[in-house]
Amino acid sequence: MIYFDNAATSWPKPPGVAEAMLHFLQEVGANPGRAAHRRAVDAGRIVYEAREAICELFHAPDPLRVVWTKNVTEALNLALCGLLREGDHVVTSSMEHNSVMRPLRWLARNGVELTVVPCSSQGLLDPADVKGAMQPHTKLVVLNHASNVIGTLLPVAEVGAICRERGVLLLVDAAQTAGAYPVDVQADHIDLLAFTGHKSLGGPMGTGGLVVGERVDVSQMAPLIRGGTGSRSEYEQQPDFMPDMYESGTPNAVGVGGLLAGIRWVMSKGVDAVRAHEVALTQRLVEGLRSIPGVTVYGTLDAELQTATVSFNVVDMAPSEVGLRLDDEDGIMCRVGLHCSPAAHRTIGTFPDGTVRFGMSAFTTTGEVETALAAVARLPASRRGLTGLAGNGR
Amino acid sequence: MTNSRCAVILFHSTSYALRAEKLLDRAGIATKLIPVPRFLSSSCGVCVRIAQCDREAAQQALECAQLETEGIHDI
Repeated sequence: MIYFDNAATSWPKPPGVAEAMLHFLQEVGANPGRAAHRRAVDAGRIVYEAREAICELFHAPDPLRVVWTKNVTEALNLALCGLLREGDHVVTSSMEHNSVMRPLRWLARNGVELTVVPCSSQGLLDPADVKGAMQPHTKLVVLNHASNVIGTLLPVAEVGAICRERGVLLLVDAAQTAGAYPVDVQADHIDLLAFTGHKSLGGPMGTGGLVVGERVDVSQMAPLIRGGTGSRSEYEQQPDFMPDMYESGTPNAVGVGGLLAGIRWVMSKGVDAVRAHEVALTQRLVEGLRSIPGVTVYGTLDAELQTATVSFNVVDMAPSEVGLRLDDEDGIMCRVGLHCSPAAHRTIGTFPDGTVRFGMSAFTTTGEVETALAAVARLPASRRGLTGLAGNGR
Repeated sequence: MTNSRCAVILFHSTSYALRAEKLLDRAGIATKLIPVPRFLSSSCGVCVRIAQCDREAAQQALECAQLETEGIHDI
């Protein structure tokens, strides 16, 4: 069996993640920040240590400006819906996931002006196009760091520099890069970093967050929900300080404990080492797929310009059929279709049928890549449009 | 550290107290997280107890890290 759906959620998880969660459930168990007894403090320490780990990994200066959310979608919604008001202008790319597009389309129906900057069919974005799209009332630029469909990296640092010049905030969706590609909120000029815990950071589902930079005036970013925080309990008004103002209700401390173990594993391996491993896998997978007749690979075809997520199609076969056969016949689990990203598929020319997506991870081996390539090559030649080639030596 | 010659530092929330605990530990100052004494605040959270003689050094360490407090009190 080969798990090639890491772009949706990573598996396996690093050693220590399940153990950390079990430890929390069996040995800690209390509600962080809700009491002062030893176990509540222990629980609080785990959640706080994870904030520091996030800061260390992303070079963020202040652990108290790390907000936990249940996933990256919630983090993106907090930033977008919390900051954008009627009359504001927001710029995004044509490669975004629906976690950005749907809140933006909703905001656009409510008086926010939206500009979607087109990317090339390889998913590349020209920073000059973002600059050209900016207007005097532009408040925010939101970009994914890498496409969840074809892995293409977007030039966030260059766009970040432009945003700084213009006094515009930059929100980055790091769902596909956090833990797999270097993210430096200071060097990349990222004001708001939305991340997920359950992909390359190795944590469980139900974990994610938003790193809020110093240029963001939190008094102007409304919380998504309000409620108990364990702090300022004498007041019926929501606290106005970070991170409590955005963290109402009992947090997923079990999950954050697992995430902390995942982040520590990533840091012990080193993001650069993970990246080098994934670049090598991606290069081999792209080359291998391209050499199979009837297979079209999307994106830049250059592993250095993308993450370890590769999309392709097989001529005359629907992506769903390819996915079913790879699962049934070879035990290869991948994701087919539109990957919650209609805009990206329109950009690369694969809407509405979509693609077959192989999402690899730090745990993927070269042997698995070779097995998968052989499986794709075995898909019936007649269905790969090769009938006409029969008898000519192939 | 005995209760008679202690001071407590109050914070917005537990996250701040935990950050303070680490900062003070790094500065070589002994701490203990305790419930906020009722006569100081009705908060249900924790505060950081230190020895009175560490008061100045603690305040300096927290200011240096720009960690906001809600006051420091001898108890």
